[in-house]
Amino acid sequence: MNLLFKIAWRNIVRNRRRSLMTASAIGAGALAMLLFAGYTNFIFTGLETGYVQRDGHLTVFRSGYFLYGAGNAAAYGIDDYLGVMRLITEDPALQPLIAVISPTQALVGIAANYSADTAASRTFIGVGLMPSDRDRMRRWDEYGTADVYPPDARLSDADPNRGLIGTGLARILGLCSALGLTNCPPAPAGSPAVPAAGSAAAVNSDITALARRELGDAASAAAAHSTLMPQIDLLAATVGGAPNVVSLNVSGALAIGAKELDDAYIIMHLALAQQLVYGRNEQEVTAIMVQLHRTEQLAAARARLNALFQQHHLDLEVRDFAELTPYYGQVIRLFSGIFLFISLVMGMIVLFAVVNTMTMNVMERTNEIGTIRAMGVRRVRIRLQFIVEGVLIGAIGATIGAILAILIGDLTNHFGFTWVPPGNTAPIPLRLVVLGRPWLIVEAWLGLVLVAAIAALIPANRAARLAVVDALRHV
Amino acid sequence: MTGFAPTSVVVRLDAVDKTYQSGAIAVQALRAITLEIPADRFSVVIGASGSGKTTLLNLIGCIDRPNRGAIEVCGENVATLTDNALTDFRARNVGFIFQNFSLVPVLSAYENVEYPLLLVGMPLVERRRRTLAMLEAVGLAAQARQRPNELSGGQKQRIAIARALVKEPQIVLADEPTANLDSATGASIIELMRRVQAESRTSFIFATHDPQVMAHADEIFAIRDGELTEHRTVAPV
Repeated sequence: MNLLFKIAWRNIVRNRRRSLMTASAIGAGALAMLLFAGYTNFIFTGLETGYVQRDGHLTVFRSGYFLYGAGNAAAYGIDDYLGVMRLITEDPALQPLIAVISPTQALVGIAANYSADTAASRTFIGVGLMPSDRDRMRRWDEYGTADVYPPDARLSDADPNRGLIGTGLARILGLCSALGLTNCPPAPAGSPAVPAAGSAAAVNSDITALARRELGDAASAAAAHSTLMPQIDLLAATVGGAPNVVSLNVSGALAIGAKELDDAYIIMHLALAQQLVYGRNEQEVTAIMVQLHRTEQLAAARARLNALFQQHHLDLEVRDFAELTPYYGQVIRLFSGIFLFISLVMGMIVLFAVVNTMTMNVMERTNEIGTIRAMGVRRVRIRLQFIVEGVLIGAIGATIGAILAILIGDLTNHFGFTWVPPGNTAPIPLRLVVLGRPWLIVEAWLGLVLVAAIAALIPANRAARLAVVDALRHV
Repeated sequence: MTGFAPTSVVVRLDAVDKTYQSGAIAVQALRAITLEIPADRFSVVIGASGSGKTTLLNLIGCIDRPNRGAIEVCGENVATLTDNALTDFRARNVGFIFQNFSLVPVLSAYENVEYPLLLVGMPLVERRRRTLAMLEAVGLAAQARQRPNELSGGQKQRIAIARALVKEPQIVLADEPTANLDSATGASIIELMRRVQAESRTSFIFATHDPQVMAHADEIFAIRDGELTEHRTVAPV
């Protein structure tokens, strides 16, 4: 075996120019594959991190909510959600896995701003959550690729009347200047958004009066506190079907990539959302978000949650973040498909490069093959000899490509390039996660070496099948 | 092994035919060759170019198979052996010396000589002892680390001789071993082979038309147009 490697290595060195060209082709293949894989890894981990920071790994719903709840979220509320959360956090199997557990309330309704200089309303999609839990969830960064989010002071556990709205919704409701938003010009004079003193003012006073009646003293206190914040009114149907109104002090705006969501999104305190949806009835939530320390714990945590709910006869179901966001799976499939295509192209290039080189080697060494066959070298050893050479060239090329990919990946990360991914409105750092995924390097390396070995098999078989006398006669 | 008499003969051919296919044309290289080559002798096959000398050596060396007839080499009916068995047989019993030396270019002189011993699985210590002794015998111990491209033609052929003899085969086949050498070097190579043959009691079989080689022959086999025309014992046993 030692002699095989010795002869293979020396022949590679002897034909160094040819070997180098072949190794370069393999190296280029490895480089392209690893850099693209590093890029897709960054996309995958970035998406995953974003979803996990927002919704957690797992979300507990009342059974049926996932399929039918969007039409009437309030009807699928989880009663005694605090008891359910206690059950989860006190479970010895789940306790070490969970980073954050937090209740959330989804709701829809109409947001309106009928202040002195604006008259606008818009249906909204809202979510009520605990601000401190949101801050903790946004710190999750298993892969070390996420932006660092400081606690968001615009929301506070202590002030349930504060909320954030999408920049599009802020524009529609005429809150750009009040929120200090740029690229958000006020509506032109004479547009329907500007009140003409009359019917709009009448609607304004109706909704405001309803809000005052519903909120009573609490609203007055909040209004006093929010003298610096613009205020909007939110109208929704309660779980019983009655109309309900609350006032929201808009403490800031969020840029959301999808326009339809940006024009409608509201984040508010859980208490305010519950007040709007349940009124004075029993307070429930639509979901309990469970964020784990690590994604690899997801399957175990999900299985345990299901077992726990079954054991306690709770009519609850568990969904993971990938199920809740089909876009995540679509992106994974799209980029995986592109990666497969690139890998196939690179594999073909490597295959032809190695076949070409090894065929030339066999032709040049035909007489040598005849000589050593005459001396008593079996066909299988001849075959092995050329496969070892192909494998060595493949290993050299793949190693060079892997080293270059790591260096280029590190340089790219170091220079701090940014890009705007689909679904985002702001640029984020572009990172190539190559070294962070050692198994990826190992797999690409082994894959290319395997292709080189398969490619070498073709000329190696030809060499092994040569008749000794014909090989000896070859000049 | 049918049809062979039990004498001290290293090679027996019985009615051997060999035909090559050259495109659509069948070329009969050997016709009904029957011969016996005695063991431990310096035998020479002579004949003009294309007469069938190399084909005969290839059959004796078990690197080619006859179309018809039987061949016994070192007491083994080689026509019945499988490819692997034939390869192993060559590794143990047959040494080759080629006209163009045919050393492995990426191996040093030492490694070229050691190669046949690796094929028979000889332990390292014995391998080293034999290789160094053989390099010493051909006068190239000082060039052990040099690659073939750093050696002269004569030195290459000495290494080839050392490689052929190091495993102590029963037969050494040499096809025009002096053809690529000047006459003085050729003479020294023949001298060397004659000496090691006498020391090792190995059977040497040459294919040549070099008069220098013929002058050292114990047995001469003449071939013309694929037929054995003469067998002469020059030096008595």
